[in-house]
Amino acid sequence: MHEMSIAISIVELACQQAGTAGAGRITRVEVEVGALAGVLADSLRFCYEAASRDTMAADSELVIIELPGDGECASCHGRRDMTEALALCPDCGGIMRPRGGRELRLRAIEVDD
Amino acid sequence: MCDNCGCGHQEANITVMGSGVAKTGQDHAGDHAADHAGDQAGEGGRRLAVEQEVLAKNIAQAEHNREHFARHRILALNLVSSPGAGKTTLLERTILELNGRLPLAVIEGDQQTLLDAQRIERTGVPVVQVNTGAGCHLDAEMIHRALHRLELSAGSRLLIENVGNLVCPAMFDLGEAAKVVIISPTEGEDKPLKYPAMFTAASICVINKIDLLPYLDFDLALCRQYLQQVNPDLQIFTLSAKSGEGLADWLEWLATAQPPGAAAV
Repeated sequence: MHEMSIAISIVELACQQAGTAGAGRITRVEVEVGALAGVLADSLRFCYEAASRDTMAADSELVIIELPGDGECASCHGRRDMTEALALCPDCGGIMRPRGGRELRLRAIEVDD
Repeated sequence: MCDNCGCGHQEANITVMGSGVAKTGQDHAGDHAADHAGDQAGEGGRRLAVEQEVLAKNIAQAEHNREHFARHRILALNLVSSPGAGKTTLLERTILELNGRLPLAVIEGDQQTLLDAQRIERTGVPVVQVNTGAGCHLDAEMIHRALHRLELSAGSRLLIENVGNLVCPAMFDLGEAAKVVIISPTEGEDKPLKYPAMFTAASICVINKIDLLPYLDFDLALCRQYLQQVNPDLQIFTLSAKSGEGLADWLEWLATAQPPGAAAV
């Protein structure tokens, strides 16, 4: 359920940016979400619709750019894509440590004046 | 959560125990016409590059809290667990054993009720209750507001009991020095594997209720192995807040851990 808090944060940040730029309304919001960020894209989309109501971002399109997870094996130190927070190295069976893929970033917005 | 649309636009209620004063959060009522259009930046549209952390506000507030803790040499711990792992009982016992030896204070987080704060209030240490409503976690802003209602002396241990939830609190930094994750044998030894994000975010783990081990199939060695797999850097305490078994190591750690910003001697 933390997706609701995150959706509200996205809307607040987007509205603040649009306001500073003197825009009238937000039409599109692009968010980067890493595979290991702990955020479900479907849940975030659902929450965004509710969170953006009655704001400058109402009826805007939320575009979620999914970034791959990057892991390093604690045993053989091989770098591999990681899609789950807990994963085993496909080469040696060691525990994978997350190195990247925790991004949760507002990349850009599109606005109308 | 808002009764009208299920959105999260609601402020947490913060209650200072002993004062009987509760600040009521604002509800919002909205017009629920929502129709997604999926527009591109069209005529007159502009694209603005933002490149900012979505949780920037929480991150900044957490840093502000962390600076406050460092300035006053306060060791803040964020206690997280599933509901019923024994966070409040561990707090009560810890306070009972340590009170008088060093200053302690508590922030209690729950969706509803003052029950936990009332339990802590009986121990005599300063306590503030934060009710998150439908919110599933504490955030840095709630802690900031709670701090304004708490008198903390230098060198205090501030014990923050988060909402019982092994998922969401992992994402929200409160400005704490460390997350302490608490598990108990009735939950099964596989909790670290099922909720790795929380066990990765924590630096301390307390396995509580070990007085129950003779009555359960819980495999303590296997649980330790899973914890090690998920986070090899976890410092693990095995204890019973009820019987007191194993408590000494935890109390010693808590009493001697250096608050951030404390000058090295």
